[in-house]
Amino acid sequence: MSAIGDLSACEAAAAFARGDITARAAVDAIAARIERFQSRLNAYAATAVEDARERAEDLDRRRRRGEALGRLAGAVLAINDNFATARGVTACGSRMLAGYHAPYDAAAVARIVAAGGIIIGKTVMDEFAAGGTTETSAVGPARNPWDPSHTPGGAAGGGACAVAARLCHGGYGSDTDGSIRLPAAFCGITGLKPTYGRVSRYGLAACGSSLEQIGPFARDARDAALLLSAIAGHDPRDATSAPLPPPDCLVPPANLPRGLRIGFPRAGCERSCEPAVLASADDACAAFRALGARIAPLAMPLLEHAAACLRVIAAAEAASNLARLDGAHFGHRTAEKAPPGGDETEFLCAASRREGFGAEIKRRILLGTLVLSSGRYESCYAKALRVRRLIKEELERAFESCDLVLLPAAPAAPFKLGEKIADPAALLRLHVFTAGANLAGVPALSFPAGFAGGLPLGVQLLAPPFGEGLLLQAGHAFQQATDWHLRAPPGVAGEEDA
Amino acid sequence: MTLPPAPKARLIVGLEIHVQLRTATKLFCGCAVRFGAPPNSLTCPVCLGHPGALPVLNREALRCAAKTAMALGCRILPRTSWDRKSYWYPDLPKNYQISQNEFPVGLEGAVELPRADGSVKTVRIRRVHLEEDAGKSLHDAPDATLVDLNRAGTALLEIVTAPDIASPEEAGDLAREIRRIVRYLGVADADMQKGHMRLEPNVNCAVELDGAEARTPIVEIKNLNSFRALEAAVAFEFERQTAAYLADPAYTLERRGKESRGWDEAALATFVQRRKEEAHEYRCFPDPDLAPYEWIAGELDELARETPELPQARRRRLARELGIGQGDALLIAEDRATGDLFEAAVAAGACPQTLAKHFINLWTRLAKDAGTTIAGLKLDAGALAELARLQTDGAVSATAARLIAEAMARTRAAPRALAQRLGLTRLSDRTALLPLVKEAIAANPKAAAQYRAGGGKAAKSLGFLQGRVMRLSGGRADPAVAAALLREELGPQLG
Repeated sequence: MSAIGDLSACEAAAAFARGDITARAAVDAIAARIERFQSRLNAYAATAVEDARERAEDLDRRRRRGEALGRLAGAVLAINDNFATARGVTACGSRMLAGYHAPYDAAAVARIVAAGGIIIGKTVMDEFAAGGTTETSAVGPARNPWDPSHTPGGAAGGGACAVAARLCHGGYGSDTDGSIRLPAAFCGITGLKPTYGRVSRYGLAACGSSLEQIGPFARDARDAALLLSAIAGHDPRDATSAPLPPPDCLVPPANLPRGLRIGFPRAGCERSCEPAVLASADDACAAFRALGARIAPLAMPLLEHAAACLRVIAAAEAASNLARLDGAHFGHRTAEKAPPGGDETEFLCAASRREGFGAEIKRRILLGTLVLSSGRYESCYAKALRVRRLIKEELERAFESCDLVLLPAAPAAPFKLGEKIADPAALLRLHVFTAGANLAGVPALSFPAGFAGGLPLGVQLLAPPFGEGLLLQAGHAFQQATDWHLRAPPGVAGEEDA
Repeated sequence: MTLPPAPKARLIVGLEIHVQLRTATKLFCGCAVRFGAPPNSLTCPVCLGHPGALPVLNREALRCAAKTAMALGCRILPRTSWDRKSYWYPDLPKNYQISQNEFPVGLEGAVELPRADGSVKTVRIRRVHLEEDAGKSLHDAPDATLVDLNRAGTALLEIVTAPDIASPEEAGDLAREIRRIVRYLGVADADMQKGHMRLEPNVNCAVELDGAEARTPIVEIKNLNSFRALEAAVAFEFERQTAAYLADPAYTLERRGKESRGWDEAALATFVQRRKEEAHEYRCFPDPDLAPYEWIAGELDELARETPELPQARRRRLARELGIGQGDALLIAEDRATGDLFEAAVAAGACPQTLAKHFINLWTRLAKDAGTTIAGLKLDAGALAELARLQTDGAVSATAARLIAEAMARTRAAPRALAQRLGLTRLSDRTALLPLVKEAIAANPKAAAQYRAGGGKAAKSLGFLQGRVMRLSGGRADPAVAAALLREELGPQLG
């Protein structure tokens, strides 16, 4: 058997259920790895190893008593830094919330725990998800386990890094603008953005409310299915949550459905990505063809506008959602005193925000405030909403002739930290292939599909709303025929457990 | 205030009315709505605005809003939606308020107000929408402002009228009628003392001078919480604005735009409010956390079926079917239960006119003394009818009826039994009344002489003497018998 830390979430849960491993041993193995790699990779913003140990011992006791435990029991998991937890800090990668203790657990957190999952820590993310590299994180960027001088992608890069580096059996992130799929691709793992409304957003510190969904970071499609099944389903506390049962995809079939049609807008992709990325997408198409799928050409001319459109909407929503962080209601409060004669409350708010927010999120808040102002609403925000509808319709048309749509996950291979941080246009282009699924609210699965210069490349499949079952089936079938997902970053796999 | 209003000044008032709905829970979370609970005890992550907490619509509040909008004659939008309205305020935890901008619950209604002369004044309603209330800032601490968020997130109905109101009294009448309506509907307590209803008039004037008409700036008077304050503030603004324009012809809407003023209850004057963001930049946009609500087929019909007869319809019916005058009907239909009680008593055989007099002259006062409504006296409709009947049949006098009513309110005994017990049954026996008649004549020789002299003052003198007899009988004398006896005793008249 592999070392406990090398197990996938499915394997760990199965091994625990059989009694082959104890939850305590699983936590200890993962904790030892975190201790070993955290300084090199900065995957975690905060860990809660002692809590995890207690919880593991409780699970072990209950299993010994023969109690029925949830499907995640035995799996040691990471969550994004923007999931509210009643214990510990919910910082959202920001200095602003470095001292924020939420009074409640997010719905997803409660479901993970109810399913027996052991949460070992919160992973590094770009500040309020504003970024694609984790470089805007207040606690420093996470690093790509395939080459620590490179970005793991963002915004939820710490989670992808942790799963790839075996610093947990699986993880959860939130995907506002590819924030799960982009780092999944950069780190060589599988990431799923579920359909908008599939997973409750209650307790997910909101950034782009109409765009974001919580979803799994996983070693493969099977793990993604398991991790999704634990958190999906209707929640009356989230009015945008769909009144549907969780998807029936716990164990995806290994074959493709007969006659599966996959649309690939190759010409549009070619315009927007590096040749190596296009080659990996072509290879993925070939692999699917070999599995019996039909690859259909597709025109998606609006695709290239998706990232800019999303940026406007996400900025507007972020500006509104973050307005409560003013040093008075919530968030960092300045120690500075207002100058005599000045407006004290205004000073408090301005100084707290100046100190608490980083440069990128300030830019987004300013952008969001601008596009919602009476002079710009029509020409910016309302126009973005119209473009959003057109993009959604373009995807709907694609799904009239195809069952799935294949796109690269990112336009480029992972790049060096610092390389693009001063180039906002290049950073925006990072999201060219991911934004569409967020705008349309459809599910998308990102999975490994090749390498360029020793760094992973990913492709993604998009499905019509609530088509997670088909996505995971296709991803699983692909992974039965390929081995990209089995490769581990150098120096992290196969280590003996401490 | 030094100058009287110019003779050609016309007042233009529109009203924004906020009514706190009487829902068990808040608009977007499950917290209880209760007045007077310990500060911040009725809160949760949602109404405290914690990051990640999400609003879920209280459907009951929406139903209450739709009922009210329908009662105000509004068109109900088939699809109603929620917007975020940004403003920075210490008692607004999210720094935005969930409100309704583009698609409110209802649009374009009207309210009819009865006037004293029997005519009707129509005030158009522009819109009715729902929004969440803010918390309360308490400024009593010496060096800090304390915030109580119990009220944050409670359901507020906002009703906006067109500028159809032309006098302070009409403003008051409209606000009172809205209160009657929401109370009839049972959607709000509308208790002014508890701040359940807040009034914001937008006031300006059209002043005609040298044949040209000018408009003064529109002044929004914030947060009035009594009808008296509303009427006084509007009246004050009328005079102030007219005088301001006459003193300075540049004091116009074109030059000055809109202003916000507060109301100083002690000084009985409005004052300029120092408020930031004068050019309100609310940055409204659809709330992504709440899907628009689309009414399900039949839902609105059901609400319409649940809607009772409204005050104006009831007043009209009382006038048409029972011959009750406009002023009396206003009082009888003031609240639904009192109107119901009235109609039940009529059904139990009371003469509507006598009963109406009892309501206006007897029961209103007794209810007021007891600090309640007439229905709040909890008297049986049958008992009210019996008292009215006793008087109509001549068994007791009006004076006696008053005494019996007082005793009824105290003891809840039946009126007939009380009349007996208190010796208030009518005296129509001639032998019993004769000594009183003689006493009245003896004690008032001047009136007796005036009667005998005949002429213009004779009838008045007889009435006076009749009154004396009534008084001597403790209100029990049958006035007709007393008058007949007086005529006999006084003898023939001259002329």
